[in-house]
Amino acid sequence: MEKFDCIVVGAGPSGNAAAYTLAKAGLSVLQIERGEYPGSKNVQGAILYSDALERIIPEFRDEAPLERHIIEQRMWVLDDDSYIGTHYRSDAFNQKPYNRYTILRAQFDKWFSEKVAQQGVLVICETTVTDLIMDGKRVVGVRTDREQGEVFADIVILADGVNSLLAKKAGFHPELNPGDVALAVKEILFLPQESVESRFNVNEGEGVVIEMIGKITQGMMGTGFLYTNQESITIGVGCMLSDFKKERIPPYLLLERMKNHPAIKPLIQGGEMKEYTAHLIPEGGLRAMPQICGDGWMIVGDSGMFVNAVHREGSNLAMTTGRLAAETVIDLKRAGKDFTSANLASYRSRLDDSFVMKDLAKYRDMPGVFHANPQFFTTYPELLNNAARTMLTVDGGDKKSKEREILRSFTRSRTLPGLLSDAYKMWRALR
Amino acid sequence: MLHIVVCIKQVPDSAQIRVHPVTNTIMRQGVPAIINPYDLYALEEALRIKDKFGAYVTVITMGPPQAENALRKALSFGADDAILVTDRAFAGADTLATSFALASAIGQIEKNMPVDLVFCGKQTIDGDTAQVGPGIAKRLELELLTYISSIESVNAAKREIVVQRRSEGGVQVLKTRLPSLITMLEGSNEMRFATMPNMIRAAKTKVSRWDRVAAGIEDVSNIGLKGSPTVVSKVFAPSPKTVKAEMVQTESNDPQDLAASLLMRMFTKFPQVREEIARSAN
Ligand SMILES: Cc1cc2nc3c(=O)[nH]c(=O)nc-3n(C[C@H](O)[C@H](O)[C@H](O)COP(=O)(O)OP(=O)(O)OC[C@H]3O[C@@H](n4cnc5c(N)ncnc54)[C@H](O)[C@@H]3O)c2cc1C
Repeated sequence: MEKFDCIVVGAGPSGNAAAYTLAKAGLSVLQIERGEYPGSKNVQGAILYSDALERIIPEFRDEAPLERHIIEQRMWVLDDDSYIGTHYRSDAFNQKPYNRYTILRAQFDKWFSEKVAQQGVLVICETTVTDLIMDGKRVVGVRTDREQGEVFADIVILADGVNSLLAKKAGFHPELNPGDVALAVKEILFLPQESVESRFNVNEGEGVVIEMIGKITQGMMGTGFLYTNQESITIGVGCMLSDFKKERIPPYLLLERMKNHPAIKPLIQGGEMKEYTAHLIPEGGLRAMPQICGDGWMIVGDSGMFVNAVHREGSNLAMTTGRLAAETVIDLKRAGKDFTSANLASYRSRLDDSFVMKDLAKYRDMPGVFHANPQFFTTYPELLNNAARTMLTVDGGDKKSKEREILRSFTRSRTLPGLLSDAYKMWRALR
Repeated sequence: MLHIVVCIKQVPDSAQIRVHPVTNTIMRQGVPAIINPYDLYALEEALRIKDKFGAYVTVITMGPPQAENALRKALSFGADDAILVTDRAFAGADTLATSFALASAIGQIEKNMPVDLVFCGKQTIDGDTAQVGPGIAKRLELELLTYISSIESVNAAKREIVVQRRSEGGVQVLKTRLPSLITMLEGSNEMRFATMPNMIRAAKTKVSRWDRVAAGIEDVSNIGLKGSPTVVSKVFAPSPKTVKAEMVQTESNDPQDLAASLLMRMFTKFPQVREEIARSAN
């Protein structure tokens, strides 16, 4: 029977970060991934935040499959046929080392996994972990769907992504609440490199991100996004699962409508669809976070709800939690200490000291506020867009009257106390 | 103990190959590599012989360094040893040069442990020639058995093997002596599910890498592009489909409405269908 220092379940960014860090410190690591190869199960097209990866593989820029570095961020608030928004573009983002990149997850995860294997991790694919093996309250190994499938370790790191069945089965994790997860659908649309660059006004290697909020989600709590890759565009939309359930809007139809928005359509025109995927994102934030470690086990990445939904940051929290979990294990091992719940608590304090918990704490009220106040996704986008149109239409009306008309439109639909209360709620949630 | 060598090849998964919509060339990027499916029948058959009669199974492939993944997979199914024959000098090989290189490498394997059986798939899905197996047999003077659908028995002591071979008229039952080379037909067996200990062993095993010299080849004129007389006179892509799928949508999304909308569209496009239906209804 095989026994390892550590078993890592899952080969997404969090599992790879953990496995890499552990093996680099000389621990024996077995990593188990159910996909055909690492990345095969992962939603394509994403933003990579350099910092988190740089702390694990400093030279990643020379090797990793990266698409474009981002030099411009657009934030759009959409009405049915218009948008109002801001664009921020800076040549500072063209200074090396670049800060954010677009990537294709299938390729990126595969590369990351090769690095992990080079560190000496035994990476096993096409194998599903079905159960945690317990000795009393302590996790001592995992059971897989293969014959003679039991393997043992001093510590098991759960990096199995959103909706961790293992954590649920073991009772570490309650059933996911549909109000705490978003369902996102996205597509990769193929376009020649020249079209991407001319449509988005960028040079070779440079990229643009568009974040969208408003009518595209048809009143549901959610956002849309668009990223430019080397010769394709990632476009997608995600809303809370509970809202999809309530509104009974098929997700693909939502995306189809979004693609037909007059501001979006010309950007993606002629794009050949390469890939359509749907995936859950844990967006419950700090309030929905499960217990993250116990006797012989730890949770990292999506399975621990480590996602900052407001900034659409996930992979960087995944990598950071993976690395911090690994560092906790390495330190305990070096000190000759056991992986008990009490000793592993230092994982929590490492997280508290990092941006991970600080950011999640900052936005802990966000999900609740947005849930209770759908006007942020419907009424306000409409009001803002109408205001812009009123001001920009030259029709003989004087500007003062126009201003009054705009103000009236706001108070009419939200009332003055309503407006004040909305502003207060936003301020509280973002504080 | 019987010694079986299984030749495998890593090929792009043809089910997942896409054609570049603009340039019409094959997009290899992102296409997963798999073991040539026919080779899996060969490997499984070898492993079954191992289970029944006891055998040492060596898998071999000639290919780029990434082909190591295919060998590792073969190890996880239960092969005992794996050899990757890899050298820039092999690049551009056709079936003649490939069979030369593999035969030479098997000759080297034999120096450590005599080989009783060589297994190959019927053909590869990326080349479809079915020439490499016979090429190896001829060079190593092995009894050649192609398109084999099952192995009836192997007698190591009498050095005999009995196989079933599918032919046009029916099934031939053939007996021959060892050493022989067998190319396996598809559908003859089903690859096993690797056990966890074998998965771990495969991940741990160091795959041997043989360059040209280790494979016993001194003269480069028989390998790679130089040893490949095949001439590819033309490559063309079939013209892509110009008809695109249409999406049927209605406001309500009600199945009834959707069906009605679909029928309406069909009738407008193909009036003869409508007439046909009307006629048969009368
Ligand atoms: C549409 C969408 C867009 C996103 N965009 C971004 C973005 O732009 N930037 C960003 O930073 N983040 C983004 N995210 C979030 C990001 O994808 C995740 O936060 C990140 O992938 C989490 O990494 P992980 O390793 O925890 O989980 P995953 O990447 O989900 O990996 C989990 C792995 O575990 C495997 N696994 C699961 N169960 C088992 C089992 N029982 N046995 C064996 N293996 C198992 C799975 O196959 C999978 O490979 C996005 C998410 C979605 C859905």
